[in-house]
Amino acid sequence: MGIEILGLPMMYYIAMVAKVLVAFLFVLLTVAYATYAERKIIGHMQVRLGPMRTGWHGLLQPIADGLKLFFKEEIIPSQASTFAFLIAPVIALVPAFMTFAVIPFGGVIEVAGYKIPLQVASYIDVASGKVYDVNVGVLYILAMSSLGVYGIVLAGWASNSKYSLMGGLRASAQLISYELSAGLAIVSVFMLSQTLSLNEIVNQQSSFNGLGWYIFKQPLAAFLFFICSIAEINRTPFDLPEAETELVSGFCTEYSSMKYAMFFMAEYANMITVCALTTTLFLGGWNGPFATVFPLLGLVYFVAKVYFLIFFCMWIRATLPRYRYDQLMHLGWKVLLPISLVNIVVTGIIGYFIK
Amino acid sequence: METLFFAIITLVAIVSAILVISCKNPINSALALVMTFFCLATYYVMLDAPFMAAIQVMVYAGAIMVLIVFTIMLLNIRVDATKKHSHKILLGSIIGFFTLINTVYILMKSHAAAPTGPFTGDMIKQIGHTELIGQEMFTKFLLPFEITSILLLVAIVGAVILAKKKL
Repeated sequence: MGIEILGLPMMYYIAMVAKVLVAFLFVLLTVAYATYAERKIIGHMQVRLGPMRTGWHGLLQPIADGLKLFFKEEIIPSQASTFAFLIAPVIALVPAFMTFAVIPFGGVIEVAGYKIPLQVASYIDVASGKVYDVNVGVLYILAMSSLGVYGIVLAGWASNSKYSLMGGLRASAQLISYELSAGLAIVSVFMLSQTLSLNEIVNQQSSFNGLGWYIFKQPLAAFLFFICSIAEINRTPFDLPEAETELVSGFCTEYSSMKYAMFFMAEYANMITVCALTTTLFLGGWNGPFATVFPLLGLVYFVAKVYFLIFFCMWIRATLPRYRYDQLMHLGWKVLLPISLVNIVVTGIIGYFIK
Repeated sequence: METLFFAIITLVAIVSAILVISCKNPINSALALVMTFFCLATYYVMLDAPFMAAIQVMVYAGAIMVLIVFTIMLLNIRVDATKKHSHKILLGSIIGFFTLINTVYILMKSHAAAPTGPFTGDMIKQIGHTELIGQEMFTKFLLPFEITSILLLVAIVGAVILAKKKL
């Protein structure tokens, strides 16, 4: 324990590496089994069984799918812009994972006398016991989600195919319009919290024995944020960019093998990120009854809430039909955006009088 | 540790900046420019200005560059459209050379001064970068802020009128 590297204790480095690995593995495993869960849940909702053959009740299905995609032939269209074509899936995937760096997934746990806050980009000041994290966490997340659009736009353009280009343009138009309303919904949260640090936002929701969640104070913002996020990650009912009936499969029409798998992973990783973010901002993060007494319980609460929201996404997919493109734009700009602006004004007025 | 990190980021920044002007394909240049913006954002973080860093990525890399990429894509510039003109290259390199001499001269003559004014690094760390910018913007610089917002409103109205075929 006495060993120090560059002025920081050894335990600091071990904890950092461990946290990164845990968060990364969590997202990766959830991505793999979210695909399985989606097929199973939608299957049962439509009175089917879903995958059953690979392993017990099809449990090995994601691994089989992964292996299959891995051994497929890589096809790069001869007229494609090779560099952009190759880098697009990477650009789509990386921001989805990077967002997890600032999401707090648990309280402060103690391992071998060393306190570790369960959030990748954070450290604890041993003297004061205060947890420091990225103090612009919310903005960081918005910045990362604005980078994700590059992957889609580039994929659409670089494939040099009409379907891909249309899919890419639709996706980016949708992403940009709904990002605005999602951002404004977050604004009303940090009008309450008075901070941009996600750790602080979670701490402020710990009242009423861990049930003082912002969803009770800002139900409209939570609703708006979740809808806009679903639209931002191109899931049903907003999956216009990959509408099979119109566009083959949108921006990833020309992609095959692992590069296609990367887009697929990016989509699911984005879904997990959005669910984790909704949990953090509106559902109290890792807060819950007795979470402060038993720190590991916080981790359980966080995972449970995230999985519930993922289930909710799949439920929506099984229930609702797809929007038409003009309806989508109409909803984004003429319904959700004004509501979120009004919500900010109302929050401001109420906040002024209560204080 | 920070010096090493700075060196790596600087290397990436310089390589991507060179790629911006040396890439044949305009889209690849735009991507390299995004990478450069990203490195600049990292510098802002290292200078204790996290808010600036986030805004740099959001506004420059996220919004302005997306617009530029869109424009390049929809104009559909072919690679062969960018022919080389030797006299332009000559003119450009002469201007670049003199700018380099100028920059080196200024750097050699000047000396780095400690930051002055009430906002020290410790103060920014204590109060928070976002909070300080917010306070200044909504008290001291309220008038320019309001003028900017009116300007943006005019721009939005103008864009709507231009985009609408019949009013």
